[in-house]
Amino acid sequence: MAGSQEIRSKIKSVQNTRKITKAMQMVAASKMRKAQDRMRAARPYAEKIRRLAANLSQANVTEYRHAFLARTKAEVIKRVGLIVVTTDKGLCGGLNTNILRLALATMRQWESDGATDIRVTCIGGKGLGFMQRMGANVISQITGLGDAPHVEKLVGPIKVMIDAFRAGELDAVHIAYTRFINTMKQEPVIEPLLPLSGERMGTPERDWDYLYEPDAQTVIDELLVRYIETLIYQGVAENLASEQSARMVAMKAATDNAGSVIKELQLVYNKARQAAITTEISEIVGGAAAITG
Amino acid sequence: MAMTIHVDVVSAEESIFSGLAEFVVLPGEAGELGILPGHMPLMTRIKPGAVRIKRQDGTEELIFVASGLLEVQPGLITVLADTAIRGHDLDEAKALESRKAAAEAMTNRASAMDYGRAQAELAEAAAQLAAIDRLRKRRH
Repeated sequence: MAGSQEIRSKIKSVQNTRKITKAMQMVAASKMRKAQDRMRAARPYAEKIRRLAANLSQANVTEYRHAFLARTKAEVIKRVGLIVVTTDKGLCGGLNTNILRLALATMRQWESDGATDIRVTCIGGKGLGFMQRMGANVISQITGLGDAPHVEKLVGPIKVMIDAFRAGELDAVHIAYTRFINTMKQEPVIEPLLPLSGERMGTPERDWDYLYEPDAQTVIDELLVRYIETLIYQGVAENLASEQSARMVAMKAATDNAGSVIKELQLVYNKARQAAITTEISEIVGGAAAITG
Repeated sequence: MAMTIHVDVVSAEESIFSGLAEFVVLPGEAGELGILPGHMPLMTRIKPGAVRIKRQDGTEELIFVASGLLEVQPGLITVLADTAIRGHDLDEAKALESRKAAAEAMTNRASAMDYGRAQAELAEAAAQLAAIDRLRKRRH
């Protein structure tokens, strides 16, 4: 009966694993709902600032041209910045693998297109670890954002990237994150952030200008920095929602798998037990037959 | 009936106020601003302080904002409130901190971007995922 004892302890351990994955699944489900709410809550601000930026991009071409707006068109991009948004924790399926694969392929593409300087900002521990192992040039990072990301925490790492762009050290800045489509589907994307293009911001409905206080330049500076931060924050918020739903799905799969493993083990255990009983009975019967014989 | 103006107070993380008002007082950078319906288009920074919104029924709403931007159009006021206390020095300090953390972590990195190794590592992870997927399908 030594074999069946082993099987029994194995069943016990798989049952414990199932308990954990089940709990993680339920936690992820409730966090996902909150993450989605947060994503939605960020939308009005993004819409408003986009409208403002659209008004500005048209109204001020003659008066003041901001460093964030496209300098010259269709030039060879030699120095690129990439902001990679990943999760801090694992156990969320292929989420991080997919986004990092896309980021890697894109970086390689840039290099073969003649990019000489690629700088990376990592938001999230998984991406940071990967980029460091691979020897990418990580210029700033933030990890441990938690379940409620605050713009405040993003300001620092983003500023490093924005400053580099403003100083003319970078020709373009892109952001890589996982877009949340629905609970079952998340999509890794890379979007251009800087320089800002007019089309991205849309065009205003009519021709007019604001009164600026104290002056146009100061206000536009502030606005565009916030605009960039908003775009990145949105990416982070979407990434978080993606993470939670991916984790929920992954943990559901793990729970189901544990269930079927338990079922199989139970079958093996029952067979072993039955075999032991059968042997015992046949031994007893054999013994009795020998005595009465 | 008095004229009204639509007021939106939003921060990057949530929508704080949205509704109609007769009169709004804001802490503009150059001083307090009182805005009535039909004000000309204006864009300015706002200082930390209280936004006072007088509703149609005479009640007042008080909202504190750290700082941010204000946009006024004849029928619309938009306050883009910051969620954090901002300042050039503060932002600079945060940027420095983040840069330092990255530099520290970079000290024991590989010499150059190693695409081959990166690809291998990713391929391995992808293969593991695929294997798990196959295993699951076989069970069912």
